[in-house]
Amino acid sequence: MKTILRIEVNGRPREDAVPNNMLLIDYLRDQLGLTGSKQGCDGGECGACTVLVDDTPRLACLTLAHAVAGRRVETVEALARNGRLSRLQQEFHEKLGTQCGFCTPGMIMAAEGLLRRNPAPDRDAIREAIAGNLCRCTGYVKIIESIEAAAGGEEAPA
Amino acid sequence: MSTASKAKAVGQRTPLVDGIEKVTGRARFTADMPAAGALVGRILRSPVDHGRIRAVDTTRAAALPGVVAVTTGADCPWTFGVLPIAMNEYPLARDKVRYRGEPVAAVAAVDEATAEAALALIDLDIERLPAYFSAAKARAPGAEPLHDKQPGNVLREVLHDFGDIKGGFARAAMVREKTFHYAEVNHAQMEPHAALAEYDAARDMLTLHSVTQVPYYVHLMLARCLEMDTGRIRVVKPFVGGGFGSRTETLNFEIITALLARAAGGAVRMVLSREETIITHRGRPETDVTIRIGLDEEGRFTACEADVVQRGGAYAGYGIVTILYAGALLHALYDIPAIRYRGARIYTNTPPCGAMRGHGTVDVRAGFEALMDEMAAELGLDPFDLRRRNMLEAPTETLNGLRVESYGLPQCLDWVEEASGWKAKRGGLPKGRGIGMACSHYVSGSAKPIHWTGEPHATVNLKLDFDGSITILTGASDIGQGSSTIVAQVVGEVMGLTFDRIRVVANDSVITPKDNGSYSSRVTFMVGNAALAAAENLRTVMVEAAARKLDARPEDIECLGELYRVAGGQDPGLSWHEVVKAALEDTGTITVKGTFTCPPEFQGGKHKGGAVGSTMGFSYAAQAVEVSVDEVTGKVTVEKVWVAQDCGFAINPLAVEGQVQGAVWMGMGQALYEETRYEDGKGYAVDVLDYRIPTVLDSPDIEVKIVESVDPNGPFGAKEASEGGLAGFLAAVANAVHDAVGVRMDRMPITPDRLLDALENVPSKEAAE
Repeated sequence: MKTILRIEVNGRPREDAVPNNMLLIDYLRDQLGLTGSKQGCDGGECGACTVLVDDTPRLACLTLAHAVAGRRVETVEALARNGRLSRLQQEFHEKLGTQCGFCTPGMIMAAEGLLRRNPAPDRDAIREAIAGNLCRCTGYVKIIESIEAAAGGEEAPA
Repeated sequence: MSTASKAKAVGQRTPLVDGIEKVTGRARFTADMPAAGALVGRILRSPVDHGRIRAVDTTRAAALPGVVAVTTGADCPWTFGVLPIAMNEYPLARDKVRYRGEPVAAVAAVDEATAEAALALIDLDIERLPAYFSAAKARAPGAEPLHDKQPGNVLREVLHDFGDIKGGFARAAMVREKTFHYAEVNHAQMEPHAALAEYDAARDMLTLHSVTQVPYYVHLMLARCLEMDTGRIRVVKPFVGGGFGSRTETLNFEIITALLARAAGGAVRMVLSREETIITHRGRPETDVTIRIGLDEEGRFTACEADVVQRGGAYAGYGIVTILYAGALLHALYDIPAIRYRGARIYTNTPPCGAMRGHGTVDVRAGFEALMDEMAAELGLDPFDLRRRNMLEAPTETLNGLRVESYGLPQCLDWVEEASGWKAKRGGLPKGRGIGMACSHYVSGSAKPIHWTGEPHATVNLKLDFDGSITILTGASDIGQGSSTIVAQVVGEVMGLTFDRIRVVANDSVITPKDNGSYSSRVTFMVGNAALAAAENLRTVMVEAAARKLDARPEDIECLGELYRVAGGQDPGLSWHEVVKAALEDTGTITVKGTFTCPPEFQGGKHKGGAVGSTMGFSYAAQAVEVSVDEVTGKVTVEKVWVAQDCGFAINPLAVEGQVQGAVWMGMGQALYEETRYEDGKGYAVDVLDYRIPTVLDSPDIEVKIVESVDPNGPFGAKEASEGGLAGFLAAVANAVHDAVGVRMDRMPITPDRLLDALENVPSKEAAE
């Protein structure tokens, strides 16, 4: 059975007929074509599907789409404004916080959530914020450096 | 534009050419590919670990509304496999099933729910056979063979003898022997397996998008199993979410998806669950390693003997190469005058093992380096010192015919010793804290390809058109390691141009040249060399065009990338666009190519299996690992790693650091956390919580030093950087645990329960088995 879902996705209000049991990840990927968010596990283990719901990181694979009705959902696709990379995206790119790129959208959204609630996190806060996001390529070293740089005082690279 | 200097590309810290796609979510992986109307594919897997198939009845499934195609082993009588000499696996089981989870049938349906419902309607009749989950039981007398003509369930036994073993041990001042056990591990790349097959029935043409590291192998196996001419098949590799060897071989689901698409006369998308992805496996086998080392009074090796048994799983896969690698790379790290290797690769009723980062060499190296640590202590030698007494001198040829052309291990040792504060820390840290070290090495691509076609090892095409842009066409698979960036840097360096004028198009069999793929760390060395040759050919064309236009001799033309001019002349010269225009006159669009071939003298020894381990360039690594050990909980925490890697020359130092960190960290996963587990053939660690890959909270800072020995044959001197550092971690952490709490851990992973048993001097249950 489908019900109308009213929701804001990446800054745009939407009204869609969505099956009552549809997961947010499937709604985003299959119904809206927002394939940036990834599914890397069979549910709740890897963090690749992390999106923001009202600025708070949430696993889209463990969330029913209807459970976030009326809320503000943001995926990695929302971060670049007018085609310009966000500071966090820029640092992940420049500092090699991404290798294969599969965990990257979830990792960046988890970090984005952190920076919104704590603009100047220390290393421990960064580690805690991405503790639920698995990466198999980097050993996390350059991911931490990317987030630190994005949070740090230095100006965004041109 | 009159830029008076050439753009530098190699040696520069270079973000990935496809990094922007990855950070914006625009990168499309196989599961992201749009395919309107594609059917959903699902696989029915054997619930039995070993059995004879009496019947697979799909009648009810095929009759279910919404089911478009059903396929079983009856539809494909062809085996597949990565080694032409050992293809003994069917995409869908025929006659027998040999591990729990082996595909037996598949359906394509209009949606997921229908596909799942259809699987439940397939009736299997399988007669159970005795099953074996350990190499010892599979080898025991009277065991039921998994495969015909493979008595004792032995896929391959190897005996390699080099030098005077008997004499070596006889003259040794100290001989020690020890057995080590390493659990089976899985790649657990973050992207689950997926494939999208599109069959054009009107033309009998097939297009497959897949997660492969080697599209060429997939292409060959599709042609074989579907009995289609290779020219009717197109294989495309989109963005791939990691590989680490799991996707080197063609995998069953790739062929199954294609079979379904053909049967359905349309498009089928298959996305495997994490559990299915882990069961597809091809990981590093459970391995028992017995090492015996002889040292003289000076601490010089006199002889070494290694006995290795690998639990290979149900099919041959890469097994013969894996068991050969385990012996081959006993050589080429240290100067050892005599080496005997005995290896056995055993079939068991577990998912097939395959190639995983450091293919075949990791567990043997771990045991070897751990035993060295014990012997150093007994001899009263510092572990660094013991290693320094046994260095090779490049160039040299090993006993088994491997060539070592560059050797930066001494410099690696020096840096690690200094940076880690080794001299103060070793033996000097408070109880519960310790430091250990070890060395390791790996090949820069196998000098002998699997398919002896007579073709070059690598081919790169460049296209230059009226717009002044260079398109690099390569079959090298970027799986996150940055291979597309490397080839772009190489071309940019030679041409003196920035990435603004360079694009990379990779991995579409109808567009890009064939490549042997991304495995055994071959891409930088081999494809890098082919890209170098291609770019040099293009530069020659451009220089000749500039010479014609400037009425000068080609040898007098100075190429500055954006500017070509007569060296030392007054003429302002030609801009890049002017040279392009001149070069295209009469000929039109320019295409050039470059190739690379490993000469026969690098292709290993003449003994049977001698090609395995052969390479043109060995990478070398040394590392120190500092740990703290909680003696109450048994938990080992890695505080810091210092690793130096001799990668010859770092074309992209940023990527080298990333690769080395990733390799060392993956070694940490194997050493402390990861283990596939089967109970009566059923996988119990088939998700990424129970298969416990380290989180950021488990992960230390890893400081990387790049050592550049400048290999004479690598592109700009480069060698591999992605695998060599992994194996050293295992021994270094075990050695650090000993330094911290005084116990030698000979079983990995070093889980808290194993460590507590060791601390309490309780013989482990596993050892009794």
